[in-house]
Amino acid sequence: MAILDKHKILETNATLLLVFSFLVVTIGGIVQIAPLFWLENTIEEVEGMRPYTPLEMTGREIYIREGCYVCHSQMIRPMRDEVERYGHYSLAAESKWDHPFQWGSKRTGPDLARVGGRYSDEWHIDHMRNPQSVVPESVMPKYGFLEKKKIDGKYIGDLLKANAIVGVPYTEDMIASAQADFAAQADPDSDYDGLLERYGDNVNVRNFDGNPGVSELDALIAYMQMLGTLVDFSTFTPDASR
Amino acid sequence: MSKPSKKFDNDPSTTGHSWDGIEEFNNPLPRWWLWTFYACIIWGIGYTIAYPAWPGIKGATTGMLGWSTRANVAADIQSAEDKLAPINAKLEAAELTQISADAELGPYATSAGSAVFKTWCAQCHGSGAAGAKGYPNLLDNDWLWGGDIENIYLTVKHGIRNEEDDDARYSEMPAFGDDYLEDSAIDAVANYVMSLSGDPKDASVVAAGAEVFAEDCASCHMEDGTGDRDQGAPNLADAIWLYGGDYDTIVETVTYSRYGVMPSWGNRLSEAQVRAVSAYVHQLGGGE
Repeated sequence: MAILDKHKILETNATLLLVFSFLVVTIGGIVQIAPLFWLENTIEEVEGMRPYTPLEMTGREIYIREGCYVCHSQMIRPMRDEVERYGHYSLAAESKWDHPFQWGSKRTGPDLARVGGRYSDEWHIDHMRNPQSVVPESVMPKYGFLEKKKIDGKYIGDLLKANAIVGVPYTEDMIASAQADFAAQADPDSDYDGLLERYGDNVNVRNFDGNPGVSELDALIAYMQMLGTLVDFSTFTPDASR
Repeated sequence: MSKPSKKFDNDPSTTGHSWDGIEEFNNPLPRWWLWTFYACIIWGIGYTIAYPAWPGIKGATTGMLGWSTRANVAADIQSAEDKLAPINAKLEAAELTQISADAELGPYATSAGSAVFKTWCAQCHGSGAAGAKGYPNLLDNDWLWGGDIENIYLTVKHGIRNEEDDDARYSEMPAFGDDYLEDSAIDAVANYVMSLSGDPKDASVVAAGAEVFAEDCASCHMEDGTGDRDQGAPNLADAIWLYGGDYDTIVETVTYSRYGVMPSWGNRLSEAQVRAVSAYVHQLGGGE
């Protein structure tokens, strides 16, 4: 074929090869990326999603730091056994503000996509201190050190700002009051009206770890108790063509 | 391109390429392999027509077979529900107290309830339902909120002290260490509480503790310490302990109080599942 015989021109001319390689990669990239801006059924409209509160966001950072995703997924697949064990299958909308998402690919432990509200805070504390005390057959390591590490959320505003840059709808107000909201969520005696006003009523305000002050365990439990609870499934109708 | 060269007579012909004198033999693929390869490409094209595949600007093709992951899982769940619908309807209509005696519902509720228990309850109450520190043993006949099936049902359905269900059972023990009781009073009342279940203690300390108990504890735990199920106040006289009956634990309980939380299951499980697991727990040994 004549056109194939001409490849020698490209192969012996480095600049031309570079230009054509770039052209091919550009076309491939456009084909894959461009439709994502118009696709209507990838992320469906759901009610109830809100950005993570500063404390939950911190818990998420701890979740990532400790490598929880190595053993726990956050992705309930659309299969009957998964739905019956974990709850409604995960929706794309539920991780649309995750940077990066925590879907995971390995389940040494159970899926955590809907762990929110499934256990009491007390259970999470017991379980983090010594997982085998509540689940004897568990192989999870102990994370008791989390409750000893106090944190003040000094840089949480910056983290929110970084997320806002990549598209999470954090407002100026949320970023400005990030550190105050961070402390308020873990203290039920604080004035947390502003926190609820900014993030909505479905924010858990509790002393999650039972100790005064904010520890890493407070943040992690606040994050886990929120997981999978945001979407209002009473108003959700699945798009069947997926 | 240089002239194709052959070193040996039985060498295959070369492809004709030559680069710095290096040439390549022309060994074509076996015909059967090549035709299988082409067949796979044709199959692949057919596959993308039959199933959802080709991306467009606003969505992807839906495929001629109308295959959908979500429709499949919905149909899967529906077919399982349909199979159980008649007996679940009967379970939902039955009087709670009649379930265990019913020849059909009794065994069904027990085995269905056992599956529910292992999925949703075992993490706290243990796979054998023997509980753990802070999570009640469901095998014995010591109950915080009542051990008849109606009460078990209410506890499962609404939970205890959770924020998600307005009908959740609720009570709150005060933290007596919070500038309320002196350390000596807490010491005395701890000794008194231990003596209630037959632990011999110094009589004078016990007497002092009895006064504190009558003043501050008896309104919930009753004068004789046998507790009050209406407010989930445990029986302190039976030597069965949720958090521990040693001196240090009792002092900790009195000082900081306890606040055990159980989630509400009525909004996660179906009515039939709640009834089944209630019946399962009821028949474990302690049911009243």
